Amino acid sequence: MSRFAVETRDLSRRFGRRWALARINIQVEPGERFLIVGSNGSGKTTLLRILSTVLDATHGDLLLFGQPPGRDPSWTRAQLGLLSHLHNVYSDLSGPENIRVFLRLLGRGDEPVEPWFERVGLEVRPDPVRSYSAGMMKRLSFARLLSQKPQLALIDEPYGQLDPAGFGFVDELLTDLSESGTTVVVASHQVDRARMLCQRAILLDQGQLRWEGPAVDVARAWGALHG
Amino acid sequence: MIFRQAIEIFRKDLLIEWRGKARFVALAVFAATILLMMSFAIGPNNKELQAHASGYIWIAVLLTSTQLLAGSFQSETEGGALEGLRLLPVFPPSLFYGKAIANWLFLVLLVVLVLPLSFALFDLSIQGSYGLLALVILLGTAGVAAPGTLYAALTARAPAQQLMLPLLLFPLLVPTLLAAVKVTALVFVGDPMGQAGGWLGLLACFDVVFWMFGGVLFWKLVES
Repeated sequence: MSRFAVETRDLSRRFGRRWALARINIQVEPGERFLIVGSNGSGKTTLLRILSTVLDATHGDLLLFGQPPGRDPSWTRAQLGLLSHLHNVYSDLSGPENIRVFLRLLGRGDEPVEPWFERVGLEVRPDPVRSYSAGMMKRLSFARLLSQKPQLALIDEPYGQLDPAGFGFVDELLTDLSESGTTVVVASHQVDRARMLCQRAILLDQGQLRWEGPAVDVARAWGALHG
Repeated sequence: MIFRQAIEIFRKDLLIEWRGKARFVALAVFAATILLMMSFAIGPNNKELQAHASGYIWIAVLLTSTQLLAGSFQSETEGGALEGLRLLPVFPPSLFYGKAIANWLFLVLLVVLVLPLSFALFDLSIQGSYGLLALVILLGTAGVAAPGTLYAALTARAPAQQLMLPLLLFPLLVPTLLAAVKVTALVFVGDPMGQAGGWLGLLACFDVVFWMFGGVLFWKLVES
């Protein structure tokens, strides 16, 4: 049995004739903060979506906490949390109503929602989330992710749509998550910022893994690849 | 667990529909407009209107249901909410049954709202029993809600959903429509030959098949 929180073996994904990911092999230790770096279209989001089990790989194997996700999908999904470009919330419901729906489906409907809003610095408001600004939506997405209490948090562009004050909040949140034992996999364009938070990194380019090493060195690898 | 999660999905859909209640009112007005157009098309011929009233009512329900069903998935695809649900340990049939029961309730409400107008427009009276009318409304709308929810999920991301949904759904609903129209007509004109039981049985059989297979097939559609 694999000791890794995430392990991929020759993971590949094809869309039509184009390979979005080709033979990706990564291992992420439990509790590790792992960074995925790459330019637009490099396959970062595709990799995160496969790791979150919402997208199937065309070839290769994925092991989450030592087992294929298909063996016990319900258990696997109970361990996962994904923060994606989509906010994964209902636009017609208010922020608290959205979190309450998710908590009820998790069987934790009696828990208060306010602490999750406090944690992400978001006001508890009764208006539908379609009236939220992009930054507020991002914070609500974080509240949803945190309320799931995932063992593996998959976070796509955590700094996107946030103001500079929000950057600090994300740094603190990712550190807290990791210190509480959650494995954190982050895909980000903010290389300089994210590399200081993460322990290891990979660099993707046109769906291929070009570099793997300590996160602090990823900017140098990026520079070497893109000139 | 499946039941509890289905109830949560049902509650969530009720809340979303309550927030956008103007949409439901617009749908009821749309159904009423169809009935009105039918009555204008036939003209002031009471016998003709009464003879075909049950067909007009169910056609109005059917046409309006495609808008209602498509709308129920708009809230799921907008903002990736459905993906959010897929990321939770939600039992696959729970989502189907929660949404299908919510759509069923909305369809029943729709029929209840347009029936009084139908009585006025087509000069109808009840010759059969009120219980039979209630039963055919429940079974008929259930026969639309289950396959409708399934096909609304299938076409949710289709570029021409408004066209695709009725194209796929209507042929499947022919037996349901036939039975519902027949029993409703028997309620209006009376049932001296006792034919209603057979048609209701047919309607119930299709309902059982649709509701059973819907739960099995739904998640496969959503996942793919």
